[in-house]
Amino acid sequence: MTTTKTETPKLTGTENIKIPYYPGCTLKTTAKNFENSAVAAARALGIELLEIPRWNCCGTVFSLTDDDLIHHVASVRNFIRVQEMNDYGLVKNENRLVTLCAMCFNTLKSTNLRVKNNAEDLKKINDLMYREENYGGKVEVLHFLELLKSLGFEKIRDRVKKPLKGLKIAPYYGCMILRPQEIGIDDPEDPTIQRDLLLSLGADSVDTPYKRVCCGSYQTVKEKNIVAELAYDILSHARKEGAEAMATVCPLCAFNLDHRQKEVKASHSDFEEIPVFYVTQLMAIAFALENECYGFDQNYVDPRPLLASKSLIK
Amino acid sequence: MQENRSPIMDRIAEANKAATTGIDAKDIKDWITIYIMGKAYTVPADLTILTAMEYAGYKFVRGVGCRQGFCGACATVFRKKGDYKLQTGMACQTRAEDGMYLVQIPFSPAEKAEYDITKEPYEASVFIKYYPEVTRCVSCNTCTKACPQDLEVMDYIQAAIRGAFDSLSEVSFDCIQCGLCAIRCPAEIVQYNVAQLGRRMYGRYGQGVPEHLRKRVKEIAEGKFKQDMEKIIKCSTEELRKIYTEREKEPE
Ligand code: SF4
Ligand code: SF4
Ligand code: FES
Repeated sequence: MTTTKTETPKLTGTENIKIPYYPGCTLKTTAKNFENSAVAAARALGIELLEIPRWNCCGTVFSLTDDDLIHHVASVRNFIRVQEMNDYGLVKNENRLVTLCAMCFNTLKSTNLRVKNNAEDLKKINDLMYREENYGGKVEVLHFLELLKSLGFEKIRDRVKKPLKGLKIAPYYGCMILRPQEIGIDDPEDPTIQRDLLLSLGADSVDTPYKRVCCGSYQTVKEKNIVAELAYDILSHARKEGAEAMATVCPLCAFNLDHRQKEVKASHSDFEEIPVFYVTQLMAIAFALENECYGFDQNYVDPRPLLASKSLIK
Repeated sequence: MQENRSPIMDRIAEANKAATTGIDAKDIKDWITIYIMGKAYTVPADLTILTAMEYAGYKFVRGVGCRQGFCGACATVFRKKGDYKLQTGMACQTRAEDGMYLVQIPFSPAEKAEYDITKEPYEASVFIKYYPEVTRCVSCNTCTKACPQDLEVMDYIQAAIRGAFDSLSEVSFDCIQCGLCAIRCPAEIVQYNVAQLGRRMYGRYGQGVPEHLRKRVKEIAEGKFKQDMEKIIKCSTEELRKIYTEREKEPE
């Protein structure tokens, strides 16, 4: 699929899937480019990501403490909102809840697993929320990448109008969509889901062992330099393997790999900046969608020169 | 002096009289016992908490204002007989019930940030800067349960976290700043001050200037009311009073 297409191909059976979508706080603030590009790319594939009404923060981090149920309330309340979407007919018999942010995905799915496997916990949480309808444990938390995979990467390939020919991208996974294994969406040691997506967009996928190494996560708040060191390892390795840019689905990874390049440059004179994309931005480009949904202003390292050099944008 | 008072002042004075003034105990058929700060008082049934407390001998200097459920001054915490739940309400709007334990919380010692909205970016970060505790919200909804205005308090705090100034303003619009949400919140969030910051930002940056206001400002600048104003300035006190009492009023 290397020729530029002029017509939107018909995607039989996939038009107008309406699916509850959980954005999370970061996608409404510092990662608007992730949300805008993903929503637009999904729409191009005939999927409408329907933002769940009255959603609340997922809880940010899944609490591992045995008896700390209060920190699971937030996630469960969002599952009740998905039930309500079905009750009110916003969606039909659709218990899947799609997330984009890897952190939200991890928190929501971990909580869901805990309450599904522990009726007593669920009862306590339902009792605390006596004003809400009970959560029945039916919601299925899904990452956007999983949704794409279930659609079939072939379908995505069919939708590409501007193949990302010659663009060498290193997919980076981080922790949150891979670990722990019970909730992970791919092989935690050798994930391939982003590679498959990138290939369907016509890009070259560059594999590096650092793709699943932690980016430093929230250490970035207090220990900038530790995170900068991790970013240096991850990014310079990808460069060495020939990558021209990175791809991710986590706003925190994106922050640590992209924005922390400022600190990396300060401590490593040999370091060469490298753009970090949300993989959905790359979808939007390959689908030749509107410029506005790319949101490159929020990227720290401007990817536009690279894209222009490949004639992917003007 | 009395005859010089405007009718509106009389109405305010009338409204501020305790409802029970001048009632003879022998005319009252039904009595209830309430516990104010733990001490039992026998008061007539069918009073509000506020008037029941006044009947019992409390005189309010703080902790009361409008008596209409608008000012938020009379916040009260109570527990009903045989119920473990701590409840909240406005004393002027809540009926006293037999066996009720209650105390007034006329003031919440709450953090109130100082800021200059003209110097702040119209972004969620403004909440994190002045009220960082908003991110501690665990979505327990305790604030919503406490709100005497039946506002979805949790929803507007969540709107603040994600910078949704419009829905924050809409959902919190009827807040009377009673402080009851804040004293119940396990995350020590000062919901009503967060909401006020949000509404101020929305008013300045989000909402835009409404057309009728733009028009009126223009009229004023062009001197539409100049003559009338000059006339008023020259009026004697008596004439002014007459104009005031005969002015056009909004229908009640
Ligand atoms: S939001 Fe809080 S301060 Fe405002 S009316 Fe409700 S309880 Fe009172
Ligand atoms: S009481 Fe506090 S922690 Fe609970 S939902 Fe309200 S704001 Fe959040
Ligand atoms: S006195 Fe104003 S609300 Fe009760």
